[in-house]
Amino acid sequence: MSGYTAHFKVWRGDVGGGGLEDFKVEVNDGEVVLDIIHRLQATQTPDLAVRWNCKAGKCGSCSAEINGRPRLMCMTRMSVFDRDETITVTPLRAFPVVRDLVTDVGFNYTKAREVPSFVPPEGVGPGEYRMMQEDVDRSQEFRKCIECFLCQDTCHVVRDHEENKPAFAGPRFLMRVAELDMHPLDAAAEGGLDRKKTAQDEHGLGYCNITKCCTEVCPEGIKITDNALIPLKERAVDRKYDPLVWLGSKIGRRAR
Amino acid sequence: MATGTEPHLNSGGVRTGTRAAIAVPHLRTDRWWLAPAGTAAGLLAFIVYSTWRAFADAHYYAAPYVSPFYSPCLAERCEPMHAGPNWEIFGSWWGISPAIIILIFPLGFRLTCYYYRKAYYRGFWASPPACAVAEPHQKYSGETRFPLILQNIHRYFFYAAILVACILSYDTVLAFRDENYAWGHMGLGTVVFLINIALIWAYTISCHSCRHIVGGKLKHFSKHPVRYRMWQWVGKLNARHAQLAWASLVSVALADFYVYLVASGAFDDPRFF
Amino acid sequence: MSVVDRQEWDVVVVGAGGAGLRAAIEARERGARTAVICKSLFGKAHTVMAEGGIAAAMANVNAGDNWQVHFRDTMRGGKFLNQWRMAELHAQEAPDRVWELETWGALFDRTKDGRISQRNFGGHEYPRLAHVGDRTGLELIRTLQQKIVSLQQEDFKETGDYESRLKVYQECTVTRVLKDGSRVSGVFAYDRETGRFFVLEAPSVVIATGGIGKSFKVTSNSWEYTGDGHALALLAGAPLLNMEFVQFHPTGMVWPPSVKGILVTESVRGDGGVLRNSEGKRFMFDYIPDVFKEKYAQSEEEGDRWYEDPDHNRRPPELLPRDEVARAINAEVKAGRGSPHGGVFLDVSTRMPAEVIRRRLPSMYHQFKELADVDITAEAMEVGPTCHYVMGGIAVESDTAAARGVPGLFAAGEVAGGMHGSNRLGGNSLSDLLVFGRRAGWHAAEYAVGPAGARPPVDDIQVDAAAAEALRPFSAEGPAPGEEDGRPPENPYTLHQELQQSMNDLVGIIRREGEMEKALEKLADLRVRARRAGVEGHRQFNPGWHLALDLRNMLLVSECVARAALERTESRGGHTREDHPTMDRGWRRINLLCALTDPTGGLEATDPAHGQIDLTRETTDPIRPDLLALFDKEELVKYLAEEELYE
Repeated sequence: MSGYTAHFKVWRGDVGGGGLEDFKVEVNDGEVVLDIIHRLQATQTPDLAVRWNCKAGKCGSCSAEINGRPRLMCMTRMSVFDRDETITVTPLRAFPVVRDLVTDVGFNYTKAREVPSFVPPEGVGPGEYRMMQEDVDRSQEFRKCIECFLCQDTCHVVRDHEENKPAFAGPRFLMRVAELDMHPLDAAAEGGLDRKKTAQDEHGLGYCNITKCCTEVCPEGIKITDNALIPLKERAVDRKYDPLVWLGSKIGRRAR
Repeated sequence: MATGTEPHLNSGGVRTGTRAAIAVPHLRTDRWWLAPAGTAAGLLAFIVYSTWRAFADAHYYAAPYVSPFYSPCLAERCEPMHAGPNWEIFGSWWGISPAIIILIFPLGFRLTCYYYRKAYYRGFWASPPACAVAEPHQKYSGETRFPLILQNIHRYFFYAAILVACILSYDTVLAFRDENYAWGHMGLGTVVFLINIALIWAYTISCHSCRHIVGGKLKHFSKHPVRYRMWQWVGKLNARHAQLAWASLVSVALADFYVYLVASGAFDDPRFF
Repeated sequence: MSVVDRQEWDVVVVGAGGAGLRAAIEARERGARTAVICKSLFGKAHTVMAEGGIAAAMANVNAGDNWQVHFRDTMRGGKFLNQWRMAELHAQEAPDRVWELETWGALFDRTKDGRISQRNFGGHEYPRLAHVGDRTGLELIRTLQQKIVSLQQEDFKETGDYESRLKVYQECTVTRVLKDGSRVSGVFAYDRETGRFFVLEAPSVVIATGGIGKSFKVTSNSWEYTGDGHALALLAGAPLLNMEFVQFHPTGMVWPPSVKGILVTESVRGDGGVLRNSEGKRFMFDYIPDVFKEKYAQSEEEGDRWYEDPDHNRRPPELLPRDEVARAINAEVKAGRGSPHGGVFLDVSTRMPAEVIRRRLPSMYHQFKELADVDITAEAMEVGPTCHYVMGGIAVESDTAAARGVPGLFAAGEVAGGMHGSNRLGGNSLSDLLVFGRRAGWHAAEYAVGPAGARPPVDDIQVDAAAAEALRPFSAEGPAPGEEDGRPPENPYTLHQELQQSMNDLVGIIRREGEMEKALEKLADLRVRARRAGVEGHRQFNPGWHLALDLRNMLLVSECVARAALERTESRGGHTREDHPTMDRGWRRINLLCALTDPTGGLEATDPAHGQIDLTRETTDPIRPDLLALFDKEELVKYLAEEELYE
């Protein structure tokens, strides 16, 4: 056990303004950044606002940017930093700030509502669902998502372009579309909902330029780009850019 | 409190008025610029080299080796290659280097490749330069409109890339001859070609479009066990798509350079048997 | 005094974990306009941390399973103190609740024939836990969350407003249940983000706030678990049942200190992990209690064979109910056979190939790798008991989940008492949330829209009193009345730490009379000091203020635990007395009820020395004969008093 004193810079303020404040704070063996933030609350700044819940990387509440990188505070060990390094902690920079390290993540909840839900297959009652493990594997990977919104935060489409927010669902919710489209029993298509097409037309799949930052920051290690976004783009290609399909729809339209 | 908030429409990225007031575009302390800079440098080097070689119109055939940049050779002006990939589809009217005709396809394949897109969007266009580093552009519409919406035709370049890879495989088979076209010989060039073709195939097969076509588009893997196995196998390769993209880029340039060295007489192909 | 925003709803659900969301879905589907209030963001509730699975006798893996067997296991696990009707309903309805989740989009792990896979767990006779890797709780919460969104989408189509019939107030805390006479009239709450107060008027309130773990130092629970619902019910005049039963999960992480208490799922043992002491011995074989002697393997060989052939072998004792395993680990450490950081070794690395471990226990692999630098595929984990669950809770009617004594108040999930008796089996929690969450939502809706639920008026005086109570920490700077001048206000963080330390040391896993008396003294002292807990800053997202308000609840609940634990002079399930080490059949029929000493719900009038809680004993209803008939006579003799057996 060897404690030491670390130098922290923590952003404090609210929508009216704020800045980085310096703190000297004790660090002990095995601690994570969230422990240090808690120590600051208990000893120096009782009103330092921070979101957290499980402190075990399962709930996705304590998202922040540590030395400029979007991370979970509870899963960032202090041992990854040098002892003389200044550690900067700021709120997520893609969302409006509420106070200190807390941001308004309402954008994500709005987007969640815009994705049509699972459509249960007709004529299959509860208890009668039969799905093979290999058929649910893909969607299960996406359902590991803890909704920390780090991917939404790091995605430059909205991080750097506030004006894109209405048109773009963000990696998390495009992944949700992929999850439902790959669900072996989702019956959206039978009801006339083409999830592949809406991904492009309504959820802004085309904004994604697959630069993979969402995958880089995902604390659950979900391969968002390779397993969700690109397959979704390929599925959209099936629907919209296959020349034969395109030709068929043109002719069909003219005939009508 | 409520679950919804209206997005603010004033542009400004991370410096938008409602966000935490931090003046700098990023707070990263690591060497985040290294990866995009390295990517840009690597791609630039290849562009310079390949432009030179593509327009050189010389030193691309040294029996039994044909440079992958010039294969198949589709113009009348091509050097005659015995039993080689000569198909004079383009007649005598084609006045410049025949490499240009065929390079469109591998170029298009790589240009629309999901990995290369990431690489050059980051490296050349800084969109974004690195994760959580603000990009310099005022507007961004991604791949939603012309010209970038054309990235969606990657699928068709993939089909073309399969053909190109087949032809390069044929060239590699031809490399098991000696300079007098007698079969059953092998030289250092054959090894270079073998490595190159293996990497070209690995890169082509590991393509995301390929992964989609062989099985990714299916809803029920359990009903298509063979395609499921193929999808899994392509998926394993696909995880290394970026490495394969670089390895095959280097190997194709090396294979061409080897042919150049031999054809220009700067180097003598060591024969094994 | 203050102008407080008011809104009208039919049903207000406090808490958005598994039980709260299930209740809200049910209430909304039965036509009640429903509001959900939760302290965290929507979808972050503590339920996400449940790992192992949902216990439901679907018989997908072993056809021998049925609700009667599940009922039997539950009663045994709870040492027959369970409210038997709840255990019966739970066992009967759990499969339907799981299947229903699939129709809402849940994706459980599958069997070879495409049904929901089920895994073994401590205390369950057959493989029974529907699961998704080791993140079942996340799947449950996400499915319910997405079901709520889908209902909101339906409402949007019809009314143009997503929140017209079902609204989630996230990051809001309820501090008081408001009443009109004896009936519920609504809740008083504050918005954490802005600090603004508001009132939701409703004839029905469902409490689904979870547990009390944050009163203990070493706990697997998150910050939300401050016993809010328990305290709200107490303050509203509803009694709490059997609060002495606190489950210490046998396997929490013990190192590094900052993660001490974080859960290591029981699936590690269900899938083949074994417990060893520092001498390398599988010590659990020495700790099989008499009541379980016939059910568990007596040798390592038999235990190992069971994983492959469960029909002809008995299960290894690592899969005893949690209370037994936790006590055994505690005893080993005390006897000096613990691991370097004061736990014991839990090993899967020598039992399964690395690749299987990573596939079946992905988040455990991740958790140890990231937080402790331990590769569980190569070395053993160090684990020790951690405060995990409270079996006690609000006393409710079994069928309706209605809190006793307060019309319009309902409770479901961990905050409700009775279902699990003295000890909960792993996997029974998630099914409890679904079964009784649904029942609470159903009956709350029925009550609210039915004739009994005519809208009771909200009393302005109560609203003003609640606002004043919530604001007090801001004016705590000055000297408290009757104190010497100039004493600085207390730091709520310090008070909380002292409370956690006291409960951990004095009312922890092994309890002694003298220590619990000391704990009550300490609680009295803390209560006085907590009245002077002061905070800096303003009301906008101020964690210091939030904690100061939560302290009231933790102190109330801690006192209930300590008083009830002192009263019950036996050891049973989650309550172990060193001075009364055996189970006493006489106590089986006794429930301990905690009620507020001051029935007006005020806290000011109470005398610090006496405390705030009155304890009463109550004799339980006899178990229905057809349910008793599910057990062998020889087994019943171990649990039931003579007169119960021959009634």
